[in-house]
Amino acid sequence: MKALRAYAALYLAFLYLPVLLLPLFSFNASHFIAFPLSGFTLQWYRELFADVAMLHAFGNSLEVGAVTALLSTVLGLMAARAVTRYRLKGAGAVLGFISLPLFIPDIVLGLSLLLLLGAVDFPLSLAAVVLGHVSLCLPFALTVLIARMQGFDRNLEEASADLGEGPWMTFWRLTFPLMLPGIAAALLLTFITSFDEFLLAYFLSGTEATLPVYIWGQLRFPERLPMVLALGALILLASVVVVILAEWTRNLGVSKKSVGA
Amino acid sequence: MATENGTRRGYLLLSPTLAVMALAMAAPLALLVLYSLTAAPGPVLAGGPSLAQYGEALARAGYRALFWRSIAISALVTAVTVTLAYPMAYFVAFHAGRAKFAWAIALTIPFWTSYLLRVFAWKIILGYGGVINSALLSLHLISTPLSALLYNPFAVVVTLTHAWAAFAILPIYVSLEKIDRALLEAATDLGDGPARRFLRITLPLSLPGVLGAAILIFVPTTGDYVTPSLVGGPQGAMIANLIAIQFERVGNWPLGAALALASMAMVAVTAALFVTAARAAVRAVK
Repeated sequence: MKALRAYAALYLAFLYLPVLLLPLFSFNASHFIAFPLSGFTLQWYRELFADVAMLHAFGNSLEVGAVTALLSTVLGLMAARAVTRYRLKGAGAVLGFISLPLFIPDIVLGLSLLLLLGAVDFPLSLAAVVLGHVSLCLPFALTVLIARMQGFDRNLEEASADLGEGPWMTFWRLTFPLMLPGIAAALLLTFITSFDEFLLAYFLSGTEATLPVYIWGQLRFPERLPMVLALGALILLASVVVVILAEWTRNLGVSKKSVGA
Repeated sequence: MATENGTRRGYLLLSPTLAVMALAMAAPLALLVLYSLTAAPGPVLAGGPSLAQYGEALARAGYRALFWRSIAISALVTAVTVTLAYPMAYFVAFHAGRAKFAWAIALTIPFWTSYLLRVFAWKIILGYGGVINSALLSLHLISTPLSALLYNPFAVVVTLTHAWAAFAILPIYVSLEKIDRALLEAATDLGDGPARRFLRITLPLSLPGVLGAAILIFVPTTGDYVTPSLVGGPQGAMIANLIAIQFERVGNWPLGAALALASMAMVAVTAALFVTAARAAVRAVK
């Protein structure tokens, strides 16, 4: 038992130490990322916020992430509703088809989409990235939403219908509010996935870089590295906040289950 | 409930999602297949379908070596990641008590940092002038930096093991969590010791999680591009690097397509063999 606890602590250290190097060296007053540390500085953060190309790429990533999250959550919601509410023939095959991107390497998804866009003369752009990201994110959105809908008591909808509400009113006044925590979780998950995705964006973004594509470009220049680490530290901080928010909304959903029971 | 009308509405509700997936995934993959059947760079299927590109992809010893290396690296990464994650997931499922939720969050947070930067962190750690070398130098444990740490398959395995840990922990944890605790008590009451109980009850019942984790890690890591590019060097290059080169630098799209599809087929066959073997092994233990 004690050994297991010690192992868990070691494992946590293995997970965290590499990641924590980013904030550590982002405050280090040297271009070289090596020990011993040479003193505290905020210089890299100042450089970062003065970097117009970085800010532009950041804006692009927010845009792509938001559109991707919205599209994949709405599409996921419709599909999840269809397979949980109606007994459809072939529902299993449909779910398997939508989950396929989980089992296809990103490089294959990205390059094949690149071929298709080339074949129909669709320009490489942020819109092309969104298309790729939606196919990548839909399986995640669908999984989260189906899990939420399966815990949903159908008697409530029947009661609502019996009391004279039409299907749309039932959806807006009953189903949608009960689904809200699942929707929030799906939005967050898909946003983060898109925001962090590199390879598809690398092939499909054309001249408009997303943040990971911009970071990739910077990794070749040693003198830019401390600034990239500062950016990584900020992303880490933002991720922590978002993950805690996401867990919090999910728990909100769990405690609301008493309403549905 | 499943009236004609309702069923139609269900399919209608499903259709936009299916249309998007057809456009964003199925159509591109179909085109990739057509390209892989094209004899030479140029218009797709010019001169009729041909298996020449597959011949080329499988005939060259250099390409074959990359296929095997990708499979070997990913298999090793999968084995190490799942083995390291199992005790961790076991601890959270059975011994974390009230802190279970905190552990679950703590284990996922590192994975929400940029994937690129997580991989890059290992380049900083393992590099010639990097964290390990500079630390060992300043502690006077070595006099010249170790150059064997970075740009080899070892660096790729370490980095991928770290990068994919969450994909092992979560499925295993979920399957352990689902185990009916009464079964464990029953086994103890019937005289099983902890080791025997683990082998006969816990391990077989958590197998779906272990297999799920293994597939979730093995399949995408064989096609990983970022990690071999950043920390692999020439000795640690993988199939994705070769595929990308065909598309970007060489401009031989048909060969790139054939390499991509051949590698996916190899991965699928390996994964299927693995799942079958693992199931048989567990049945033998039981």
